[in-house]
Amino acid sequence: MDRNRKQRQLLALPYVLWSIAFTVIPLLVIIRYAVTDKDGHFSVSNLLAFSTPVNAKAFLISLEIALICTVICVLLAYPLVMVVRRLRISRMTFMLFFLIMPMWMNFILRMLALQMILSNNGILNMIVTGLGFQPLALANTKAAVIIGVVYDYLPFMMLPIFNTISDIGEDVLEAASDLGASPLSVFFRVILPMSLPGLKSGITIVFVPSMTSFVIADILGGGKIQLIGNIIEQEFTRSTNWNLGSGLSAALMLFMLVGMSFTIKDDILPSHPVKDEEGEKKEAPGGEGISRRAVL
Amino acid sequence: MKKKLLDLVSRFYFIIIMFFLYAPILVMIVLSFNNSRSRVVWGGFTLQWYKTLFSNRQIREAFFFTIGLALLSAVIALLIGTAAAFGIHAMRRRGYAIMMGVTNIPLLNADIVTGIALMLWFIRFLPLGSGSVLIAHVTFNIPYVILALLPKIEQMNMAIYEASRDLGATAVRGFFTMILPQLTGGLLSGFFMAVTMSMDDFMITYFTRGAGVNTLSTMIYGEIRKGIKPEMYALSTVIFAAVFLILICVNFWPSNRKAEKRREGII
Repeated sequence: MDRNRKQRQLLALPYVLWSIAFTVIPLLVIIRYAVTDKDGHFSVSNLLAFSTPVNAKAFLISLEIALICTVICVLLAYPLVMVVRRLRISRMTFMLFFLIMPMWMNFILRMLALQMILSNNGILNMIVTGLGFQPLALANTKAAVIIGVVYDYLPFMMLPIFNTISDIGEDVLEAASDLGASPLSVFFRVILPMSLPGLKSGITIVFVPSMTSFVIADILGGGKIQLIGNIIEQEFTRSTNWNLGSGLSAALMLFMLVGMSFTIKDDILPSHPVKDEEGEKKEAPGGEGISRRAVL
Repeated sequence: MKKKLLDLVSRFYFIIIMFFLYAPILVMIVLSFNNSRSRVVWGGFTLQWYKTLFSNRQIREAFFFTIGLALLSAVIALLIGTAAAFGIHAMRRRGYAIMMGVTNIPLLNADIVTGIALMLWFIRFLPLGSGSVLIAHVTFNIPYVILALLPKIEQMNMAIYEASRDLGATAVRGFFTMILPQLTGGLLSGFFMAVTMSMDDFMITYFTRGAGVNTLSTMIYGEIRKGIKPEMYALSTVIFAAVFLILICVNFWPSNRKAEKRREGII
């Protein structure tokens, strides 16, 4: 049995090697660039570059946009997941299909289309003025960038939340309402707590990347909105200060690690498949591998 | 009465979100029939962009590179990822935790950081070109395969495999006849996610490609300022429509319904 287990573990070897070579080492390389100057001497000035006015401004705008977008994604995702459950179209197949399909139209073309929809004499304003309202001035604003980021990341918020919520049995919800819970308290006291692993995954997947989508800021912000992603990109493609670009990237990685520390913990510590000393698997009640699946 | 109203509101909300997600796609499809090179002028209906789709050599090359890259990187990721999922499943607490942590890095890290980190590493030993892009795509595709497969491996019925071994099947035969069929759903969804992510990627390709290597994404990005060739809209529409039809057939074909129910929750 034990030899068998060892043999099976060996199957992961190609992946272990691959991830050391192309996930772990590259991150170390970027950290190395981050803590040295152009001549290769140790320096923390790249990490501190955050505090220069231009970078700090970009960083704050990125944080603000990421925060707003994450909140909007959460607020849009929960009702949709509930609606899908309610309309009994809750088959994973359909949901996956519905949310993943847009990715098959090229990302940059979708953003250009969004730009056309939001532009001052675009489709949205044709509808708005047609209904007799004042036209909206969305083009090249922060709001346009936010709409673009929400558009791009909404599926990554919805899928994990949907995953955890679709695992909740109808009987659990019925029991709650039979015991006198109003629909609202069923949501806040049963559904929401049970969907927390999905929510955490969603937030981690959406928050950090949405600070960096320089293409969205370029197209929908018209060059007026500089995200931290734009600054990093320019350091690599124009001003070629790789150390500075790496310093800013390393700081972003810090954010990712913080996010990871609270999603991964959820994966490994009890409540989900628990492995005891002999390495045998025990199922914790109710939560079989939820959060790991939730990441997808 | 109240229930009906709620149903109505539910439908309405669903349609609003659907509209939000699909309106830009609709715009692109309409543009692919636009008889004008400008994005903002409607010059009448035409099919000419579809006819000249592949007459441009650059577009043709970018298209085949994008498709080839997506399929090849997904196949490699599927091979490495499937083996890895079995290996990780057999690991104990600590090894398991470490491997899951590493697997989550490409998912949680900002694409721009992943792309730059790979680029800084590649330039030390590998000329940037199609090879470096392939390695990069395999790297971010493997986690999708692993995460799609692990839950399926956990739910898998090992008893029938052991029974087949007791009845004299070799390990390989037992694997292919007893284990693999149970994982078909996970394998398919992992593969599909990998192909989708590879096709849709811009940032990581942007930083790891060499001069002269273009996917459709990087090519379109380069064209933004001088104006996008209308053939691009046509090509993207064809890709979208093709995948849409294939998925409709695979998922909603009547004879698949029963099998579908049996493996609930699988793509």
